[in-house]
Amino acid sequence: MAASVLRVKGITKSFGGVQALRGVSLDIALGEIHCLAGENGSGKSTLIKIISGVHEPDAGEIEIDGRRFSHLNPKEAIGLGIQVIYQDFSVFPNLTVMENLALNSELMDKRKLVNYKRARAIAANAVSQIGFDVDLDERVENLTVADRQLIAICRALLQEAKLIIMDEPTSALTKKEVKALFAVIKRLQARGLSILFVSHKLDEVFEISERYTILRSGENVASGSTVELDRKTFVFHMTGRQFEDEFYTPSAIRREPILSVRGLSLGGAYADISFDLAAGEILGITGLLGSGRTELVETLFGIFQPEAGTISIRGKEVRIKSVKDAIRKGIGYVPSDRLTEGLFQPQTVERNLSITVLDRLSDHFGFLRRGAIAAMTRRWIGDLSIATKSPALPVRTLSGGNQQKVVLARWLANDLSILMLNGPTMGVDIGSKYDIHVLMRKLAGKGLAIIIVSDDLPEVLACASRILVMRDGVFVQELDPTVTTESKLSELSTGIA
Amino acid sequence: MISLGRISKRSEPYVLAAIILLSLLIQARSGQFFSGNNLVDLARSLIVPALFSVGCMMVIVSGGIDVSFPAIASLAMYVTDKILLASNYSGNVILAYAISAGLGLLMGALNGFLIGFLRLPTLVVTLGTSSLYTGLMFGAFSASASDVPPAIARHGKEILFTATNPTMGLTSNMPSQILILIAVLILAFLLLRYTMLGRGIYAIGGDETAAERAGFNVRGIKMFLYCFVGVLAGITGIARISMMTYADPSTMLGMEMTVIAAVVLGGTRVTGGMGSLTGTILGVALMTILSNSLILIGIPTYWTRVFTGAVIIIGTGVTAHQTIATRRRRAQSQKAAA
Repeated sequence: MAASVLRVKGITKSFGGVQALRGVSLDIALGEIHCLAGENGSGKSTLIKIISGVHEPDAGEIEIDGRRFSHLNPKEAIGLGIQVIYQDFSVFPNLTVMENLALNSELMDKRKLVNYKRARAIAANAVSQIGFDVDLDERVENLTVADRQLIAICRALLQEAKLIIMDEPTSALTKKEVKALFAVIKRLQARGLSILFVSHKLDEVFEISERYTILRSGENVASGSTVELDRKTFVFHMTGRQFEDEFYTPSAIRREPILSVRGLSLGGAYADISFDLAAGEILGITGLLGSGRTELVETLFGIFQPEAGTISIRGKEVRIKSVKDAIRKGIGYVPSDRLTEGLFQPQTVERNLSITVLDRLSDHFGFLRRGAIAAMTRRWIGDLSIATKSPALPVRTLSGGNQQKVVLARWLANDLSILMLNGPTMGVDIGSKYDIHVLMRKLAGKGLAIIIVSDDLPEVLACASRILVMRDGVFVQELDPTVTTESKLSELSTGIA
Repeated sequence: MISLGRISKRSEPYVLAAIILLSLLIQARSGQFFSGNNLVDLARSLIVPALFSVGCMMVIVSGGIDVSFPAIASLAMYVTDKILLASNYSGNVILAYAISAGLGLLMGALNGFLIGFLRLPTLVVTLGTSSLYTGLMFGAFSASASDVPPAIARHGKEILFTATNPTMGLTSNMPSQILILIAVLILAFLLLRYTMLGRGIYAIGGDETAAERAGFNVRGIKMFLYCFVGVLAGITGIARISMMTYADPSTMLGMEMTVIAAVVLGGTRVTGGMGSLTGTILGVALMTILSNSLILIGIPTYWTRVFTGAVIIIGTGVTAHQTIATRRRRAQSQKAAA
């Protein structure tokens, strides 16, 4: 085996009484792309922080380039060629690209004065290393997320990095940007750098990495070569649970459609869309970003007004004038970005759950009935098995999956007949994802009509009873998930065979 | 390589345009605006708020806010005044500036310690210390308007030149304190643009965590900032009483609002990270013209407060609107790119 750039042995760390890491080991070879996987709270971030010198381990050993350390400080770690690209990239949005690139190395050189000529040379050199075409005088806040990430990568290269640790680098990127990022990673590898790729998305792990290490509850559970890994074992190691193969067999689809859409069109977004949806059904709509899928469901939710076509609910033609109108007609919508659009993060779980139905939970004088609110909260926490220590905790303390359940519960508390979910499990870890899928199937079984919009193809296959593939604003085909494969779906949505 | 598009997004041109329009209006109505004595009067009134605004702008750029500088200036100058009077000092005014700056440094250091090291919120800390220093001045020192020592009185009579207005027969003297303002501006410009410390102030305002990770000494920079504001306030206090030739302890109290407004009007982003000396000085100039020259076109003094308020609301409103518009445009272009 090739020489190691980093070898970590028996690292233990606890915060207060909580044991974050119990004897974790990690071995990264020179020039290797290594994936560190694990669910939220598995100890991934703590391990990274120990490697980069932010935290001091309670026990264990770090070996870099054959030199052994019991702990490092951030400066030592950088000096040894370890660079972390944080999820927020640690860039200065208010400064120019040039300053963002040059400041760190100028600081490392302990310079007191700024020389703009030298800074420009440093920055130009940095972007040329990965062939990144960018205006050095542009403020970073005007760049896209993907470009900010490339700035962070260029900056890491300036510090003569040997190992670049990327913490969930793809979480805010579009598919296309992920592809571009992977190309950059391969380029770095070709130059002899090692990459530690931290992720919980299994597709990415399979695509980019050569070897993997999986952590669960602060312990090593598996490591090895990625080619020998399959999806099922990966999921098992991540979650410690065996999952059944998922698919939805609708038990109680009504014959009468609850929602009928005919020839619906919205200029620039979609055209001539027709479909029916019955209670008990889960309709999967898939397609690439920009295929018009989001605009379509947002039209049904009253955000956009269609330019042509009709919408009928229970056989009666309706016009959905506004979001309020949609809710009154029994339509609910969970947007893809629950963090900014769905929840009051600092408020308690109870308040988040009860906000949409407060009028039902108050008495004649408009005073809130505390008992009724508490009872309703308890019921939803139980029904959807929302994992929270107390309903009085702020929603932001919950994991992504549980936050998503709170959003769902809020909708379900209203009397809904149609529920639309856009990217229902985006950024949610595997265990919670499975739970949400089970929940959706259960709700459909109880007679709710559900539409899920998702580009997560396995998810669509697992949940939908019928799939509509959208491309460039039109439905290209309707598919039966029981006889469809992922590659067939991907082929249809991209138009590339 | 500065493109036109980038310039139009800044607020300096708008403030400059407002100043030009206002001056032309006042000139057209009164014929007195561009007279030598009016311009010198304006420069004279601008010195104290401009000195304050430099420190204030730097603090806002770092993502903080300081409302204690008038209190620091007042207490520092008052104690200095009393010390020099009690010791019958008759030497150079430099000592007065040095003592006052030193006292300002101590008071600023308390802010810096509470904010930089104990990480307390800047507004609360400086509101607290502001009240503390004002209270000490009126309580412990039972301050009231007082004479100034000869050193300061002499300094107050040092004038660079005299401008006369032949039509009205009025004269105005350009005080030597304007040299202090010029020196401070040059120093602040070099500091902000060409030192790592200055860039660090912008870096902290952009993203404090990122600044820490990059290796900036964030606590040190904050300590420096509030000490700098303290020193500057101490110096401003002496400049003020020397121009007035008597030490009025309450003459500067309450100035924090107009100074902060001028700084924000000059394009400094309230959330930190952005701000320029040019914009700040333009902002101060606009506010000074409003409060000084409206009387030239027959608008009574109490109305100037209404105008000042309106300019602040419109000015900051325009800035906020631009920020929102840029953000929206960016979101759209990102959507289009995806």
